[in-house]
Amino acid sequence: MDSQITLRVDGAAHPLAVDTRTTLLDALRERLRITSPKKGCDHGQCGACTVLLDGRRVNSCLVLAVTVGDAEVTTSDGLAVDDVPHALHRSFVEHDAFQCGYCTPGQVCSAAGILAEARAGWPSAVTPDVAADTVELTDDEIRERMSGNLCRCAAYANIVPAVADVARAEGVRR
Amino acid sequence: MTTMDRLVGAGVDRIDGPAKVRGTAPYAYEQDPGEPIAHLAVVQSTVNRGRISRLDPSRAEALPGVLAVLTPANAPRLGKGLASDLPVLQSLDVHYQGQVVAAVVAETSEIAKAAVGAIAVGYDAEPPDVALSPDREDLYAPEKLMAGFATDSIIGDVDGALAAAVVSIDATYETPTQHHNPIEMHTSMARWDGDSLTLWDADQGPHNIVNDLVTGFGLDAGQVRVISPYVGGAFGSKAFTHPNQMLAAMAARVVGRTVVYELTRQQMFSLVGHRTPTIQRLRLGADPEGRLTAISHEVVEHTARIAEFAEQTATPTRVLYAAPHRRTTHRLARLDVPPPTIMRAPGETPGMFALESAMDELAVVLGLDPVELRIRNEPERDPERDLPWSTRNLVECLRTGAERFGWAGRDLRPGVRTEGRWLVGTGVASATYPTRRRKAQCRISVDGAGRYVVEIDGSDIGTGAWTALTQIAADALGTDMASVELRIGDSRLPFAGGAGGSTGLASWGTAIVFTARDLRKQLDEQHGGQPPAGGLSVDGELPGESPHAKTHSMHAYGAHFVEVRVDRDSGEVRVPRATSVYDAGTIVNAKTARSQLLGGFSMGVSMALHEGSVTDERYGHYVNHDLAEYHVATNADIGEIDISWLDVDDQLANPIGLKGIGEIGITGAAAAVANAYWHATRLRIRDLPITPDKYFRELGES
Ligand code: FES
Ligand code: FES
Repeated sequence: MDSQITLRVDGAAHPLAVDTRTTLLDALRERLRITSPKKGCDHGQCGACTVLLDGRRVNSCLVLAVTVGDAEVTTSDGLAVDDVPHALHRSFVEHDAFQCGYCTPGQVCSAAGILAEARAGWPSAVTPDVAADTVELTDDEIRERMSGNLCRCAAYANIVPAVADVARAEGVRR
Repeated sequence: MTTMDRLVGAGVDRIDGPAKVRGTAPYAYEQDPGEPIAHLAVVQSTVNRGRISRLDPSRAEALPGVLAVLTPANAPRLGKGLASDLPVLQSLDVHYQGQVVAAVVAETSEIAKAAVGAIAVGYDAEPPDVALSPDREDLYAPEKLMAGFATDSIIGDVDGALAAAVVSIDATYETPTQHHNPIEMHTSMARWDGDSLTLWDADQGPHNIVNDLVTGFGLDAGQVRVISPYVGGAFGSKAFTHPNQMLAAMAARVVGRTVVYELTRQQMFSLVGHRTPTIQRLRLGADPEGRLTAISHEVVEHTARIAEFAEQTATPTRVLYAAPHRRTTHRLARLDVPPPTIMRAPGETPGMFALESAMDELAVVLGLDPVELRIRNEPERDPERDLPWSTRNLVECLRTGAERFGWAGRDLRPGVRTEGRWLVGTGVASATYPTRRRKAQCRISVDGAGRYVVEIDGSDIGTGAWTALTQIAADALGTDMASVELRIGDSRLPFAGGAGGSTGLASWGTAIVFTARDLRKQLDEQHGGQPPAGGLSVDGELPGESPHAKTHSMHAYGAHFVEVRVDRDSGEVRVPRATSVYDAGTIVNAKTARSQLLGGFSMGVSMALHEGSVTDERYGHYVNHDLAEYHVATNADIGEIDISWLDVDDQLANPIGLKGIGEIGITGAAAAVANAYWHATRLRIRDLPITPDKYFRELGES
């Protein structure tokens, strides 16, 4: 069964008809041909499809397109404003925090997500004081929070400093 | 060569980086074929051996949006001469579980997947024969191994020397089936224009794929174009043609429009190859000072009924250490499994786990520092081919690594260091991988303004080839990177072999260097050193292997030092830090090379602690066939890794002096982890991966 919806993606509104079975990821990639988010498993196991939904990171393969409503979808490409790369984009290139690049837009969205989580004081499994107002994004915090994004090229040891640099610039790390 | 020194070696940012971080670099699925795309999904056999007895596509065909259902009964006939599992849908016979028995083409992926569920298939099946064992009666010696290596090598009287040895080790090591699992699933998108086929494809080298399409569809090479400028990881699984390319092309022909086939993650466990499991018996004999008198490395591994793939597992043992008496053998069992294939450092990866674990065990028996044991057995020449090395700095890697890691003063005793609940240990292992190069052709054109276009069908699967080749070209042409436009990843470009065997830069880079020399010579001799107004184009070729390859033994080397912590209550294993030092010849791009070495080593940690495809021997399938259950290292599994390399320039290998870096990092890495695990716990795990349950298994036994 098809439904008529409008997806707001990276600042633009896209009216489209989707099968009710269509995931947000497939709506983006297959219908709108917005291919910044990647498909690595389609089952919420790899993180390659990570996008921001109203600023929070989600696996877009686990979201049905018909449930998105008015929420704003932001892809890694959409993090670049007026074609100016985001600080995370620059830091990932500078630290060579990827190889094949296929997991990377998902890593970048996840990193943007954890910066916001740290600012909001959301603890993780390795946060020493879960009651604190803010969380410092230490290397261990970054490793823990970024572990939902698999990188088979194993750029992990470069992803950590790439995120750390931006965290420092944004004041969520000393 | 002074021009070689400017850009080669620099840690230049990836030129494809800005597009990749934003997600705008077009991978196979993301290319624009210029027309609406139909989607293909497949039905896979649920038995390992037998014959399809019933296959009813009618319910699927009746679903709205279904364009075609292909089965062995109606699929177009493919040309003769396709090997292995490439004759897709050509017969009712089933040879492995997961074989494609039907394919649906539909307007959308949702419809295609739903239609797959509407196809009923029955089989006349025999029980699966999937269990590898050294006791099988049907083990056989293949004629030769992968990459042309001899099946066996026997020098001297190994059994006599082992019997006479003062100190000896006899141990059996096992590595499980492993799956590559690049994060981009294999994807092929096919479009026909008349009798011409365009395939946007995820592969490690477009030219590698063309021949099978030519054979399968009765075309000439000029009618096939394979395009893959960006590839989302590969590790060997994308080196050769698999059923996906054949199916996409077949289906597109049937429905008369572009068809894409993107594998599911689960299908990545049956349709695109795996690394064979291995059972390896290692015997070492030594004198009391630790000098090896005999080495025996006997390998049992599997292959498929429909294809012979003989992994060269014991080949590193042929080069790594001196010993007068030596033997390596490989025996295969033909099982009802999908065809195995190359996976990052085929041979060295499983083989070095066994050899380097056995060396550690020998050091323990001798009461000798394992670094010192390796140094004492450094051979002056290739011990089996009896040739000089082109360059070999294994001892220097071990010494430098020991220094950087802080190895000196290490207590040899196992199981004596604790920090809270953690048992702490350190381990070492050597790394080695052959240095080779392959035939490659190249075209370089220059326009009147001095802008160069370099064309070669190389491939960047994450290696950094886009950037490194541009650096090599700029130096060879005596210009800057901005003046060079590189074109790779398209079978219309001059021929080159794919990415594999760590031969990429050695082959493509050398072809570029040769072609650039010709171009500059022509410019100098015929145009006064200036590009003519109308431009100039030169074709060049690297014939293949180095002229010195027959007279010299060429390999990259390395040494890994690892700290392991094991939770004494749960058996959880952590690797907080590691140091690796490499002799990999000239490093072309310090930034991307470090990433390659880091990635290889990290995949070795993943192999040591997590990876293994579990076969259900009753029903013949891989039980853990997705990323939730086939565990690969995550960010939190990788600690601080110190990567460095020695200043080496191997001019006998190629004019750039490089040795290849894609695979050396994984070799030996798992052994270093296992050796450190022993040092932490006194438990010797000889069957990978080292999961927490094995801690308790060994505790129970010890
Ligand atoms: S594609 Fe969504 S988590 Fe893997
Ligand atoms: S960069 Fe290749 S999977 Fe992460």
